[in-house]
Order: sequence, then C-alpha cells, then structure tokens
Amino acid sequence: MSLLEIKGLNKSFGGLSALLEFDFRLAKNELIGLIGPNGAGKTTVFNLITGVYKPDKGKIIFAGEDITGLPAYKICRKGVARTFQNIRLFNNLSVLDNVRIALHKAVSYGLLAAVFRMPSYFAGERLIEQEALRYLEIFDLADKKNEIASNLPYGEQRRLEVARALATRPTLLILDEPAAGMNPYETQELMQLIRWIRDDFNISILLIEHDMSLVMGVCERIYVLDYGQVIAEGGPEEIRNNKRVIEAYLGEEVG
Amino acid sequence: MLELAALTAFFMLVQYMITVGILNQYYQINLTSMCINIILAVSLNLINGFTGQLSLGHAGFMAVGAYSSVVMTQMLGQPFIIGILAACLSAALAGFVIGVPTLRLRGDYLAIATLGFGEIIRVVLQNIDYIGGPAGIVGISKLTTWTWLFAGTVVSTLVIVNLINSSYGRAIISIREDEIASEVMGINTTRYKVLAFVVGALFAGFAGALYAHYFYIIKPETFSFLKSFDVLVMVVLGGLGSTTGAVIAAVFITVLTAALQTFPAVRMILYALILIIVMIYRPQGLMGNREFSLKIFG
Repeated sequence: MSLLEIKGLNKSFGGLSALLEFDFRLAKNELIGLIGPNGAGKTTVFNLITGVYKPDKGKIIFAGEDITGLPAYKICRKGVARTFQNIRLFNNLSVLDNVRIALHKAVSYGLLAAVFRMPSYFAGERLIEQEALRYLEIFDLADKKNEIASNLPYGEQRRLEVARALATRPTLLILDEPAAGMNPYETQELMQLIRWIRDDFNISILLIEHDMSLVMGVCERIYVLDYGQVIAEGGPEEIRNNKRVIEAYLGEEVG
Repeated sequence: MLELAALTAFFMLVQYMITVGILNQYYQINLTSMCINIILAVSLNLINGFTGQLSLGHAGFMAVGAYSSVVMTQMLGQPFIIGILAACLSAALAGFVIGVPTLRLRGDYLAIATLGFGEIIRVVLQNIDYIGGPAGIVGISKLTTWTWLFAGTVVSTLVIVNLINSSYGRAIISIREDEIASEVMGINTTRYKVLAFVVGALFAGFAGALYAHYFYIIKPETFSFLKSFDVLVMVVLGGLGSTTGAVIAAVFITVLTAALQTFPAVRMILYALILIIVMIYRPQGLMGNREFSLKIFG
C-alpha cells in the first residue's frame, strides 16, 4: 500500500497554473526525488502536501487518510515533516529550543502544571530535553545546544533543520533542496546522511534537488516536473535517458 | 528560597514604611501606579513581545476589568476578591471574543483592528447609563492595599514567566520567530495566539480592578488609546520579549511621569523623544530579549 497518494492535484496563483493534474505515489520506505527546471512547481507540491497552501482541486491521501486542505499543524501531527528551501529556523532561539519546539505536540503536562510548576512540569521538561538532545547528538549539534540558531554556520543550520523536522517523529520526511549551497564534498556526506535517516528512522523521504549527482545517487524513483505537469517518472537510469527530460533541461534540438 | 526571602523582606520594608508614615500619600500613589504599570507592561509584553502580535487595545481590557470589578464591589456589594475574579474573567472573555476574529490578521492590520476594538469598548462603556456613562463611577471604596498590589504584581509576573518558560511558552515564541515553520512543526498557531491574548487580557483586567479600587473614580476616558500607548511605550522601551525589560521600563516610566507631573505637555514630548532615541540607538529595547532573574544576586 502506498503511504502517500496524490490524485489530480491542481493549484493556480492568479492566472498562472503552478500545478496541473498532478498524480503521485510514494510507498512506505521509498526515497523519491522531485526534479524539474526553476518554476516547474516543485515547491508548490511540497507546500500543498504540508498544508501551507490549499489545493484548488484534487486529493492528497496520506496513510489511508484524506488530508486535503487540512491545516499544516494537523498534517504534521499525522506524520509529515519538512524542511524549507530558504532555511526557516527559529532564528533568535537556541539550537536546543528549536528542537524542543518540534517536540511540543507530544508535551506531557498541562498549561496549569506549567504555570504552577507542578511535578509533572519538571518531569515533562526533563523528558523533552533528553529527547531533544538525542536528536542533536545524532546530527552532531549537541555541544552547540545553547548557541543561537542564526549564529550557526550554514551547513549546521541545514542539519538543525533536519533534526528539528525529525523530532516531530514523521513517517514521511520532505526535504526542499537540502544540498543548496553545499560543496561537492558536503553533498556526498549529505547523501549518506539521507540514506542513513531513511534506514535508521525507517521512514519515507521525498526530496527536491537541483544537484543531479545527489538525486541520481540517492533516489530510487524520480518524478520530473515541467510547467506544473509531470513529464517523466521512473528510476534514475530511465530519467537520465528520457528525451523529454533532456529537452526540458537543455531545450529542444533545432531542426 | 533566597528570592522568596528577598521578596518578603522588600514587602515588609515597604509595609513598615507605609505604616510609620515614611512613605507619604504622594509616594504611595506612585508606588500603586508602578505596580499597576508593571502588570500592564508584563501582560502586554506577552502579546506584543513574545507572541509577536502587535496589539494596541490593552487599555480596553483594563477598562473591562475596572468596570466589572466596580460593578461587583460597589453595586452588587460583593467582597473585593469577587470583584477581582470578575475583572479577570470578564477581561479574559473579552480577550477571547476579540482575539478569535482579529488574530487572523497580521502586523499592521491586527494593530488597527485591536486599536478599533479598544475604542469600541470605551464607547460602549460611555453609553451604558448603569455605570455612569461618560461621567464614569465616582466614590469607589479604596480596597487596593499594598498587600494586594505586591501580591498581584508578583503573581502576574510569575505566571507569565512560568508560562513562557514552558513548552507552551516556546510554542508561543515560535509564532513570533516564524509562523509558517511553527505551524509545520505541529503547533496550532491560532490557538496559542488566542491563548497569549486571553492571558494578557486577563492580567490587564486585573490591573484595571486594582486601579479602580485605588483611585476613587473611573471613567471611560481613562482607558483611551493613550493608555494603551503608554503601556506600549513601556514594552518597546524595555525590549520586546523581555519580562525584565518590561518591569524596568514600567518602573522608569512611572518615575518619569511622576517627575514631570506638573507639565504634562512636556511629558508627551519626552515620551516621543525617548522612543525615537531608543529606536535609533537601541532598536531591540533596553534589555533586548535577555532576562535576568534574582538568581544573579544569589
């Protein structure tokens, strides 16, 4: 059974249709790439899945449930987490707080327990901190837990964003251009990290990426979008040799 | 423990000075304003500083609290504590009713909507004859004692500090930091915005009750936009998102107001000047978003 199934999704902004009859399917534990030229509608797909935008038409089914048009926080609670193309951390807060906020949905004590500092507050806070530190350790950020997020170097900000997303305990992780701004060496490392996350957390991953070496190296299946429509779908080898894909990226042959 | 001892000592000292007459009427009035301003600034800071929602209607909630407590104590003959509970509950309810529709708005739009609601509250009060219309209510018995003021200020501040230093508080702050990221991390941002708004309004209502039962008279005019503006100045001056800053600025502004009482016109000019100077040289406010607690003395 597929974890995520999208049928006939449409979204337009004013007169521009960003996405046209988009169909998509992702199985449990699959690692899928979404590629396409700039403005093809990739990030729109992500925003629709995560509830940042509401679709005009179509259905999004996640883990057998219709999540079309649900508010973003509910979709997160169903098990979809994401990162952003332009990193969106809680900039003025500490590294630890960034992850702790992602753990809020599982908070074990009530509002009154917090205000009156009841024992359940202390127990709950300890639990949250331990859990947050566990994620920071995985991403090698534990010794920076008290640093302000915006003071981290770029690569660490990207890692923190992934840590924060994973802390919401998703079954589907969506990464929007995780390799943006990285050098080839860092991209290699990232590839291993992505595969490791999939295997270790036992989740599905969907990613947008411009770096072809990363997409081809790590994804099991690839969707290619152009002008809001899927023009190709298949394994890395198929996509690499697909005529329409080459045209979309390099332009049509003359004559 | 040390903090508790320091607070108790301070309370006893002031109480002693009031009893033996070292603190005369003039100082007592200023002390009262100071406590009320602290409660107002700390509670508005929860909305404007921590949640990042620009609200300009704080005086409206103060008015709701002041009037409902006075109706309880003066007209229905209830004890002060019932008046205070009524003030808190009615102001919180007003915060909820106003918050739910307006908190969908962002930035300037929210500011204008809350400003409008604050004025609506004032105009409504002006037109209810039962509570004296534009003339207000005169002859309110003086029930606000130093004990009430001190306990009220400490409890309000503590509740808000404890709220902020919890998972709920972090959820609230995350809205200010990045609303979209917050929502995507599973936080029901609307709910927490309304929560902050309701808690902020509740304490503004509390401050209103303390105010009404100290200053003998309340009228709708007291709770005009200028009052909201006063509190906003304190919050911005102290540093949006710093409770310590809000307290310091509330104390500072109260002292400044008292010192300039004889020429109120200059007071407003000074206000404006201070705001401009702070915005130029220290746009993040006196404290930025830093805090310090009594622990540093321990």
